Amino acid sequence: MFDRLKSILAAGAVVVASLATPALAADAVIGVSIPAATHGWTGGLNYHTKRTIDRMKEAFPNIDFVLATSSSATQQVNDIEDLMARNINALVVLPFESDPLTEPVKAAKAKGVFIATVDRGLAEEGIEDLYVGGDNPRYGTAAAEYFKKKFPDGGKIVVMRGIPTAIDNIRIDAFNAALKDTKIEVLDMQYANWNPDKGFEVMQDYLQRFPEIDGVWAGDDDAALGAIEAIKQAERKNVTVLGGSGMNKVIKLVMDGHDMVDADIFYPPTLIIPAIELVTMKFATQAPINGRYVLGSPLITKDNAAEYYFPDAPY
Amino acid sequence: MLIGSLMSDSFLGAENLSNVFTRSAIIGIIAVGATFVITAGGLDLSVGSLSALVAGVTIMFMNSAAEVLGRGWQLVAAGIVCSLVVGAAAGLLNGVMIVKGRVEAFIVTLGAMGIFRSVITWLADGGSISLDFSLRDAARPIYYGQILGIAVPILVLGVIAVVGELVLRRMRFGRHVAAIGSNRHVAFYSAIPVNRVRILTYVIQGLCVAIATVIYVPRLGAATPSTGLMWELEAIAAVIIGGTALSGGFGRIWGTIVGVLILGFISNILNLTGFISPYLNGAFQGAIIIIAVLLQRDRSQG
Repeated sequence: MFDRLKSILAAGAVVVASLATPALAADAVIGVSIPAATHGWTGGLNYHTKRTIDRMKEAFPNIDFVLATSSSATQQVNDIEDLMARNINALVVLPFESDPLTEPVKAAKAKGVFIATVDRGLAEEGIEDLYVGGDNPRYGTAAAEYFKKKFPDGGKIVVMRGIPTAIDNIRIDAFNAALKDTKIEVLDMQYANWNPDKGFEVMQDYLQRFPEIDGVWAGDDDAALGAIEAIKQAERKNVTVLGGSGMNKVIKLVMDGHDMVDADIFYPPTLIIPAIELVTMKFATQAPINGRYVLGSPLITKDNAAEYYFPDAPY
Repeated sequence: MLIGSLMSDSFLGAENLSNVFTRSAIIGIIAVGATFVITAGGLDLSVGSLSALVAGVTIMFMNSAAEVLGRGWQLVAAGIVCSLVVGAAAGLLNGVMIVKGRVEAFIVTLGAMGIFRSVITWLADGGSISLDFSLRDAARPIYYGQILGIAVPILVLGVIAVVGELVLRRMRFGRHVAAIGSNRHVAFYSAIPVNRVRILTYVIQGLCVAIATVIYVPRLGAATPSTGLMWELEAIAAVIIGGTALSGGFGRIWGTIVGVLILGFISNILNLTGFISPYLNGAFQGAIIIIAVLLQRDRSQG
């Protein structure tokens, strides 16, 4: 805690110093617009974004970066306008919501800015020059396949959805489609908002309502941690919990062989790293870069967990 | 309650009731403090963010103090003291800004809400601050433990509610709170120490948040930027459903407790039955809140 207090002072000093030094003319300015750290996954995203920008700045001093974090889609639209006012050459954007962000990004493109979208696409095709993303349908399918393999003779599972958004719908649709014509029965789905407290409450109520639950798809690792506590409290045995998105704490549980959690689905906040790196390369080395770059959503098990473990990240 | 038992067999089970009472205890304790603030004609919007901040600071304190104090009850006691101090200090700050600084309570606590929430997000680096796994066993009984078969959080809520009701209805301080909420100028000319009492209501609110957080921390052993989101509105809703006037002057703690339980049971019933689309859960809860207050108005005015 005291280290943090010290770092407040240090941060203050840095701000003052940076205001005092005149800005150096950069070869290119890259704007980065991402959601603010409102829950675990976006916290991880912020961490990896800052880390990558710092590394790129160090490697290519002639490239400048401007980072904006927004806590809502409306704020993100304003932030992108502000970035445009700073004459950026490229925009790396992880849209809060696809629809409201489409027009402002299109306007930026029309002014000749190189556009890289990350994770969530835009509502219109052909705007972005580069797309780097996770695979949302695959995220749902991977969960369904996990349960199919786990319960080949059928089983009863409950599902915690995320926050009502397009991504959540894509994942759930893929999950449902992959479970069609199997013996696995989905007892109920409720929103747990990717939040541990809500996960705890929803799970407590599921345990009251259903005498038999074989598996839980918590949709996200934050919600999974809440569900685990509720199951422990109710002293129910033989319930398998599958989270998702690769929180370091949960990956550690998988590595150590937890009795409820033996796998996780990767949907990494690290996907911002290649996006920023590729765009930096384009301006630093004049490499012709465009296209799509889709990262997988592999199942993380005890065997490969070490590859996905970032103990220093906040998520 | 009747509707709940008709719609789901497990609703009236001892375990389910205990679950709902226990998790309502957190909002309940915060709402007891809110009853004081609102009765005095004030408002505190910062309680949700404050509980996240208190939880985060307490966890960080406990993690770093474990070396010195060991992993037993001393550490837990120190953690409790730490959260009470942080809570009371935040309440005092709010109170002084509102009363001495003469800024609207709405504005001060709206600002504090943003400040506390950002500080916890920053402390957590946007991720989560979690209690060291080796410390969890010592703290766990505060949420999961039982005394005479009753969960500890329910007992704590009971004690806080009884003390709150006595102070608000039977003691001079409580009468002062109501008098100030009713008419601040008349109270001033009646030689009531208006400023001190108003500041104290915010300190009480801060302490209640701290006590609620002490119960909250052992539940999941972590604080995140989304901890306590919207708790301020839940607490205010509970106070109003319980019959306290939003404009101040009249408050009752037992009503607040009933309000908290109503809110807790609504969400429980929705989870237990899957009766309506989860998309509409919020609408259903909103409607119940309005109906509950409407019914009370009829009774008090009719």
